[in-house]
This record gives sequence, C-alpha cells and structure tokens, in this order.
Amino acid sequence: MKKIRLSRAFLALGVALLVTLSCVSYSEASSSGSFKKDTEITISFSAPVDDSWAKNPSNYNVFQKTDPDIKVPVESATLDARRTTVDLKFQDPLNLSSEYTVEAKDVLSDGKLLGKLEFSVKKSQAQILLTILLGAMLINNFVFTKYLGLCIFFGVSQKKETSIGMGITFTVVMVLSAIFCWALYTYVLLALQLQFLKIIVFIGTVAIFVQAMDTILRKVNPYLFKKLGVYLVLIVTNCIILAVPLINVDSGYGLFESITEGLGAGVGFAIALFLMSCVREKLELCRVPAVFKGLPIAFVVAGLFALAFLGFSGLSIF
Amino acid sequence: MNRNIQLLWNGLIPENPIFRLALSMCPAVAVTTSVENGLMLGLAVIFVQVFSSCTVAIFRSYIHPRIRIPAYVIVIALWVTVIDMILPVISPDVYKKVELFVKLIVVFAIIISRLELFASREPLVPSFFDGLGMGLGFLFGLVVTGAIREFFGTGRIFGFEILDSGPLLIMILPAGGFFVIGFIMAAFNWIEYKITGKIPTSGGAH
Repeated sequence: MKKIRLSRAFLALGVALLVTLSCVSYSEASSSGSFKKDTEITISFSAPVDDSWAKNPSNYNVFQKTDPDIKVPVESATLDARRTTVDLKFQDPLNLSSEYTVEAKDVLSDGKLLGKLEFSVKKSQAQILLTILLGAMLINNFVFTKYLGLCIFFGVSQKKETSIGMGITFTVVMVLSAIFCWALYTYVLLALQLQFLKIIVFIGTVAIFVQAMDTILRKVNPYLFKKLGVYLVLIVTNCIILAVPLINVDSGYGLFESITEGLGAGVGFAIALFLMSCVREKLELCRVPAVFKGLPIAFVVAGLFALAFLGFSGLSIF
Repeated sequence: MNRNIQLLWNGLIPENPIFRLALSMCPAVAVTTSVENGLMLGLAVIFVQVFSSCTVAIFRSYIHPRIRIPAYVIVIALWVTVIDMILPVISPDVYKKVELFVKLIVVFAIIISRLELFASREPLVPSFFDGLGMGLGFLFGLVVTGAIREFFGTGRIFGFEILDSGPLLIMILPAGGFFVIGFIMAAFNWIEYKITGKIPTSGGAH
C-alpha cells in the first residue's frame, strides 16, 4: 500500500514538473516570424504587400541576432494568396535554437512605401524544452543510442518490479543533481574560472544526492530499499548521471533546459529498463543456447531494442 | 616477479574486464566503431587505472575505511582531469570522438572496483601490475570489438581499406555494438566450455 502511494507521489511530482515546464512560455515580440522547417522562415505582414516586391529575395536581410554582420543568403521568397504571408527559403539549414532577425527593406503595400520592418524569429521556450525532452527520452535514448548506463541497465533489468523502482529513483536523483550541478557550475565554477574542476565537482554532487536518496528510501520505503540493494549506491557509477551535467554544460543549457535534459534522461532510462525487464522475464522461460545464457543473450536483445529505437531518429515535432 | 606476470595475464584474459567481469560496458559498445577510437580510450583507461592504483596503494594506510569510496572517486577524478587535458594535445581528431567517454572514465566501474578489491590491500608493486593488467585487458577488449565492427561495418581496419565489397552497415550502428559484444561473450564462454568442460556463469554486470 505504502509502496503504491510513494510511486504515485513520484508520478505526480513528475507530471507537475512537466506541466510547469510546458507552461513556461516566451513573451513574443510585436512582429515575429516562425521557423517552418530548418531551411524555411515564415513572416506575416499586417497589410497585403505587393507581389513583385515580396518575391525579390534581395529585399530581405536575414541574420542571427548575436552577429548581425553575417547575413544568411535568402534563396527564394514566395507570397501566399492573401498577400500577407511570405515564406523565405534558405539553402543552408538554420540553427533552430538561436534567434534570427529578418529585416524587410522598403516594404511596398498597394503602391505605398511602408519603410523598414523587422521580425524576430525564435523558437518559443516551450518548443525548445519539448524538443530537448523528446530528444533525451526517445531520439537519443541514453541507453540504446548513446550506450550510457549499461552496467545498471543489465544489472537491474531482471525483474519488472525492481526496474520500475530503479527507474523512478534514478529520475529523481537525475533531476535534482542536474539542478544543483547547473547552479554550482554557473555560480561557482564559472565565476571563479575553475571550469576544469567540473568533473570532480559534478561527481561529488551526484554522490551526495545518492547518499541522501539512500537515507530517505531506507526510512520511507524499506521494501524497495531492500530490492534495489547495492544498485542504489551504484547509481554513483552510472555514466548517465555524470554525462547529463557534462552535456548540459557543453551545450550551454540554462536552468530549465538542464532540468528537462535530466528529466528526459531519467524517463528514457526508466523506459529502457522497463522494456528490457519485460523481455528478460520472458527469456527465463525460453530455451537459450547454453553459452548464451545470462549476459550474452541480454546483449543481443538490447541490440534488437537499439534497432527498434533507430526508428525514432527521424522524429521531430517542430 | 612471477606473481606480477600472473597479475598481468589475469587481467588480460581470465578476468578480462569487458568479456568476463562485464564491467564498464558503456565505452565498450560506444566508442568501438573503429580500432583507433578503441585504442585511444584504452590507453586513457590504462593511464588512469595505473596511476589511481598506485596512488591508492601508496596512501592506503591514510585513507579511513569509512570514507574510502569518496576518496577513491576523488583520486580517479584527479587523474581523469589530467588525461583529459593531455589527450587533446596529443591527438585532437580522435579526442573529439571519444571526448565524453574520456571524462566519463571517472564512473567506469572497473577502475573503482580494482581500487576497492586490490589496490587498497596490496603494496605498490603488485597494485601497479594489477592496474596495468586490467588496463591492458580493457584495451584488448576495446581493440578486438573495434576491429570486428570496423572490419564488417566499413571494410577497413585502422582506416586502411581491406574489403571493397558493400559494408554491413548495422555493425557500426548502435545495435551492432550490442550484438558484437554479446557474441564475443558467448565465444569466451564456449572456449572455456571446450577447455574446462563446464559453462561459466557470466559476471554480474557491474
């Protein structure tokens, strides 16, 4: 009974976090455009514009907001039937995570000159976060496409029950340590210019959280504690838990992005564990060649899962 | 001296960290898309393993048993930071491919388990050879896996073209790594079965 209540509490925590994250919306500028694909930007005018003006690519200046000197060449521009929306096509893919500015020169609207208009094009925060979440969870699943955390993955995936418990514990530790590692890196290491110490600091932070989780779980849920046994302490030696803060730092993620990456990594690991444990429970009833018994067959099964996860590689929502 | 050679041999085959102990599987699958990557990471692991083993062996009487794990982690993290600064200077191209995993050597189970099981109890010289043996065994595992995957996946070894038929793309995909390791483990089991007549129970995956 107690166990169910605890896992529900964790679930509720996760859902609440997800909702908060997706609500973090970005305040939009008065005139803004949007990315259509990674080679297309759509901007819309308040009044109909002239066809001949709109279709001339040289009327547009497109650049990243951070370096206005480097112009991105516009390949072609198309106007829709209502004459208010222009699609700009580019030859090279744009960097979707950064902000672009589109300048439209001498805008002509029914013969009238409107002057210069500026559009800022940026993904909304919620879009970025959802992309990171999906990326960490499915597209670049940490177990099946980045091959991290395999030790625990093969160790704990023998029973469904332990795999669920491990998945939840791991996700909680992951999110908490992502927050603290981000804070430590931004406010201590960067401020003191001690970036090269990040490995030592991160592993220390993680170790503290695992110890805390160990103490809490021992009191709150001794049953699960007993089941997880040695693996709880071994979260410290799980590659994912150190890889996520390192990836966050390398990609220059902010607080919310770091949390999302941590959450995605945790949930992705939990999914992988659960899937694997389902198969391994069935495997025990199968006739496996004697030399393949145990780990070798588990590796082959993991290979099949990895093949299946390749199917996610084309997935993109935005 | 004899014992030292035995320690080396022990790490290389009978207790090979990858195929027999099944420790630190992540890099074994991840970086072995080519022999070169495997070789690079293997050398980095040897460096870290040998130096951390020696450090712990020297200071073993000063480390309080209750805080030994954090102490070991700090020692390993120290040497990893050192190698992480050396490697990009020696070979920037390969380093770019294995960068994340070089940093992740901190959490490789093989290193901390050797410190815990061996270096914390034995003097400097045997610890050195144990560390070297385990490191060599790890290198051996990475190179073998890398060679198989590179050969079948691209038809090359060390970047030199050997086969010019169409490559078996799956071998360099994530899935191929899992398959190859699974089959090599099974092969090790089979060889042991042929020699000793019984099938060993494979390692505990940690």
